[in-house]
Amino acid sequence: MHVQSLGRKIFVFSNYTFLILLSLLCLFPLIQVLAISFSSSPAASAGLVKFWPVDFTMASYKYILGKREFIQSFGITMQRIAIGYTINMLISLLCAYPLAKERQDFRLRTVYAWFFIFTILFSGGLIPVYLIVTNTGLLDSIWALVLPGAVPVFNVILLLNFFRGLPREIEESAFMDGAGHWTVLWRMFVPMSMPVLATITLFTLVGHWNSWFDGLIYMNFPDRYPLSTYLQLMVINSNPMKMDPTNLSGIIQISERTTRAAQIFLGALPILLVYPFLQRFFVKGIVLGSVKG
Amino acid sequence: MNKKAKTKRELPLHFMLLPGALLLIVYSYIPMTGVVIAFQKFVPINGLFGSKWIGLDNFRYVLQMPDIWQVLWNTIFIASMKIIVGQIVPIAIALLLNEMRNALIKRGVQTLIYLPHFLSWVILGAILVDILSPSQGIVNQVLGAIGLEPVYFLGSNSWFPGVLIASEVWKEFGFSTIVYLAAITGINPALYEAAIVDGASHTRQVWHITLPGMVPIIILLATLSLGNVLNAGFDQVFNLYSPSVYQSGDILDTLIYRIGLVDAQFGVATAIGFFKSCVSLVLISISYYLAYRLANYRIF
Repeated sequence: MHVQSLGRKIFVFSNYTFLILLSLLCLFPLIQVLAISFSSSPAASAGLVKFWPVDFTMASYKYILGKREFIQSFGITMQRIAIGYTINMLISLLCAYPLAKERQDFRLRTVYAWFFIFTILFSGGLIPVYLIVTNTGLLDSIWALVLPGAVPVFNVILLLNFFRGLPREIEESAFMDGAGHWTVLWRMFVPMSMPVLATITLFTLVGHWNSWFDGLIYMNFPDRYPLSTYLQLMVINSNPMKMDPTNLSGIIQISERTTRAAQIFLGALPILLVYPFLQRFFVKGIVLGSVKG
Repeated sequence: MNKKAKTKRELPLHFMLLPGALLLIVYSYIPMTGVVIAFQKFVPINGLFGSKWIGLDNFRYVLQMPDIWQVLWNTIFIASMKIIVGQIVPIAIALLLNEMRNALIKRGVQTLIYLPHFLSWVILGAILVDILSPSQGIVNQVLGAIGLEPVYFLGSNSWFPGVLIASEVWKEFGFSTIVYLAAITGINPALYEAAIVDGASHTRQVWHITLPGMVPIIILLATLSLGNVLNAGFDQVFNLYSPSVYQSGDILDTLIYRIGLVDAQFGVATAIGFFKSCVSLVLISISYYLAYRLANYRIF
């Protein structure tokens, strides 16, 4: 085992080199953006910045964090996360519990299950959903960002499969002692499901933070935009490098490269912050969601 | 237990499902009935069933649009390439990662490669626009340093689909790699021990044990991805494209958006959306069926 051929040694060496380079490839673009955001504007537009700031300055961050629109849209994102996360989690738990029951315990289980599954198989499409959101009076309100996606069917499936894996005896003995469904759900299933709930929490938080399209179509005024939509407007639509003449209308100012970089980095920052903490959980969650038997 | 007691016992379960079911009715099932707009000259004021019925006129109009076949082809081409490359790369990387013995470096690599998955296409799109810029972007600076002409990656029809496919794979490969790596970890170590006793070389072990051990999960992910043949990635395309690359980069979803919400031709846009939903329904059903038959997969 310990005698390695020369060929093997060469392979091991190049394998390490390749994979380390590959993982750096996933990190370098972010590092470059970070470097640009801390550089002076002339240095950045002359293309002098590589992976380290040139003429270090915090000016871009001072400018952005002092902008009313940025803070405002950040507030709206926080609002949607607070409301959206609560609703998503409550609904996931409330739906997954009955759907995890066996047929003999809940006769309509299969009917309900198909009722939920069908919504991921077929959709009315962009326009009908848009018209319903308009007709239910949600336009320009925070609820437009929360209610259309209030039932996360994939998370419900993930959770119900986890519930089904829990030992049935626990539940049965609780029923013997006179506990009802609500007690079993809150007092037994929820505490036992912490790893999968952490996974779903991460997916939900990241999902709400990243959502930008709903803000774009359901909000008529940019001051109602959540942060991701605001960023889309600032770093994509107002980007002269993209040279889209239809979007370069007078109201949108062409922004500086450094300012854009700072906004990109601030948009990615919360994800970078929660990433290491919940890693342990979501690796489990991904595998659980994809390769269950 | 008699029937009445059973119904009473089940009552809380119905209550639990009530909020979710109501929300699905309002925001999924009612919009499904909204596909009738595809057969109307839809005027929002007249409501869903008050507008003039025009049969298949919207569909005829779509078929006569000059770009529609190009857009359909772009959609299928970009989506299929993403599926194929997006399957092969993670398999290869998972095999290579499995050869790493240093646990610390292995973990570090894993952590970094699935980082882009969690960033949105607004963030990644903005980063790509910056690093691929012909004048300031670092990629073109590198190309210039080795004596090549600058390439306008996001403005040229010959490069744009490639950029879409490569950047999608770059964003997502780490995520799938983890799934494959889990499959490799699940292979019985006794198989390797037996192979070593029989004198099998390392390469042969990978070929005859590791790869076959991954086959069920490869089949599963491949069949499930079949449902995505018309999903070329709206978020990505929308944030990267511009009119100069419509020819190679416009897809059904972006076309629906522009016709429906920018030009407010609700009927026409819904007709295209209806077509897409129907084809997707068939594809997803086939893929779930195949996954069930071939890999014994069940959704629930």
